[in-house]
Amino acid sequence: MSQIETFYEVMRRQGITRRSFLKYCSLTAAALGLGPTFAPRIAHAMETKERTPVIWLHGLECTCCSESFIRSAHPLVKDVVLSMISLDYDDTLMASAGHQAQDILYKTMEKYKGKYILAVEGNPPLNEDGMFCISGGKPFVEKLKYAAKDAAAIIAWGSCASWGCVQAARPNPTQAVPIHKVITDKPIIKVPGCPPIAEVMTGVITYMLTFGKMPELDRQGRPKMFYSQRIHDKCYRRPHFDAGQFVEEWDDEGARKGYCLYKVGCKGPTTYNACSTVRWNEGVSFPIQAGHGCIGCSEDGFWDKGSFYDRLTDIHQFGIESNADEIGTAVAGGVGAAIAGHAAISAIKRAQHKGDQE
Amino acid sequence: MSDSLNQQTGGLSDNSETQITRRQTAVYVYEAPVRLWHWVTVFSVIVLCVTGFFIGRPLPTMPGEAIDNYLMGYIRFAHFTAGYIVTIGFIGRIYWAFVGNSHSRELFLPKLFSGKFWKEVGHELRWYFFLERVPKKYVGHNPLAQLAMFFFFVIGMTFMIVTGFALYSEGMGHGSWSDQLFGWIIPLFGQSQDVHTWHRLGMWFIIVFIMTHVYVAIREDIMSRQSLISTMVGGWRMFKDDRPD
Ligand code: HEM
Ligand code: SF4
Repeated sequence: MSQIETFYEVMRRQGITRRSFLKYCSLTAAALGLGPTFAPRIAHAMETKERTPVIWLHGLECTCCSESFIRSAHPLVKDVVLSMISLDYDDTLMASAGHQAQDILYKTMEKYKGKYILAVEGNPPLNEDGMFCISGGKPFVEKLKYAAKDAAAIIAWGSCASWGCVQAARPNPTQAVPIHKVITDKPIIKVPGCPPIAEVMTGVITYMLTFGKMPELDRQGRPKMFYSQRIHDKCYRRPHFDAGQFVEEWDDEGARKGYCLYKVGCKGPTTYNACSTVRWNEGVSFPIQAGHGCIGCSEDGFWDKGSFYDRLTDIHQFGIESNADEIGTAVAGGVGAAIAGHAAISAIKRAQHKGDQE
Repeated sequence: MSDSLNQQTGGLSDNSETQITRRQTAVYVYEAPVRLWHWVTVFSVIVLCVTGFFIGRPLPTMPGEAIDNYLMGYIRFAHFTAGYIVTIGFIGRIYWAFVGNSHSRELFLPKLFSGKFWKEVGHELRWYFFLERVPKKYVGHNPLAQLAMFFFFVIGMTFMIVTGFALYSEGMGHGSWSDQLFGWIIPLFGQSQDVHTWHRLGMWFIIVFIMTHVYVAIREDIMSRQSLISTMVGGWRMFKDDRPD
């Protein structure tokens, strides 16, 4: 195995100046929530470390993760990380196709056995022996297991790989499952979102490439640096929420004034993601800023929680689709009627037996 | 039941003539901490239900500038404060079950493995279905009430406290004490939204309990042979007649 290039060498080969490189390092340090003192450490790591190869697989998905990724705000981040990745294997982004591409996958896996990061976009459907997603003539689930075998770590891109997303929404005819249902013996980093924010994706990869370890994860396996707070915790409309000022209808005065979207179904209070801080498209905006509530796309099973425009969400457990208040008022109404009836009979009985007792 | 009745009256009467000393008409059942806890819980749960309802379905929009209003903030603050009070009270009540009188344990330990208990549950059920003409006397809760109290109140409140503090941990953040103690609840239910939904369903469960509890207490106060409502105020159980149970 010949000498592998360092990140810095790759970047210089891409025509990036040293000045831009250092800028990139401080930007990354900030994005990762590290202090300014970390910028030189990142620079040092990138100058001296061999780059870590990444294999990027696509299962049942819509490619929105890739689309998001290549739109990463800082052009450098995109160029750098992308060049580092496409050097290896990504069947959507790479130039080669068919057997050629397949060959590259096998070669990369062999060459970097136990060292490469496996990034998975999409998920495997299990029904009919995995027939609903065929890649390279074989069910995707087999390719996934095969590539996972020798990976150092695995990244689950997007809500598909992390939770299942739309293809796993009920009734889930293809039996699509998140990748952690198939790969059980490897650490998996979930980067949910439909798609995840570009800077979050590059941030996670850069962290792993630079520090050679996984970022700190929360209980559900998401990197804490980007997923430890809810949209609601950092939403710029939050003062209107606390004040009790809401958009009641889409065309009302409140909507024009930019009031809180809670009543029209905003899922910001239950959604862990970085949209309200990092925002989208080079920090231009994010759904709430555009006047639409958060739909909770980075949360488990967000397709199956009823309308995006209702605050109270549907419950399926009771066979019918209704929310907690519909069930609650029905039950309380029934109990209330029973009490009234019971009270009436009690009164009659008591009147009948008056004087019976001693 | 007559055993415990005698035990209760034992201190006041001569043991040898327990059969005759049934004239005893008042027993001290609910000690002061239990009564205090009861009414603090009543007040807090009302606050929790009202504020909780409006957390999920907020009041109409407030006019004026955001800086002049803090309605949702106050509602949530009241909810969390009442939540803390109810929780501390509940823990205190569990403590009292260890140090209080025998009735203070009834709430937590219905005698599910005793045949007599279930027979009396049957009797109470028949009484509520108007099949039994004369109710029995009980010093503490009747067995059916004990069952209902346990399943609706103890389980219901535990559920509300656990899910409530799981939601609370989301605001307090990663690593906070409530996150460490209750944060695991959220993935257990699926995600935050599901915990919200179940917490809200739990409110309806508690509301149904309150409706039944208040109705039965009033009805029993009128129709049974012992006092109920005044007992929770003053602690003394009054019996309306001197016949054996
Ligand atoms: C009888 C007890 C309780 C009742 C009836 C109750 C009721 C409710 C209801 C109906 C909601 C709104 C749920 C929704 O629609 O999203 C809610 C939210 C909440 N409750 Fe409770 N609750 C109780 C106890 C507690 C306790 C003990 C705590 C702990 C501090 C607590 C903390 C919370 C929190 C943090 C929220 C979410 C607030 C938000 O989303 O802004 N609750 N509660
Ligand atoms: S718009 Fe959504 S995220 Fe923002 S404060 Fe309102 S409910 Fe929270």
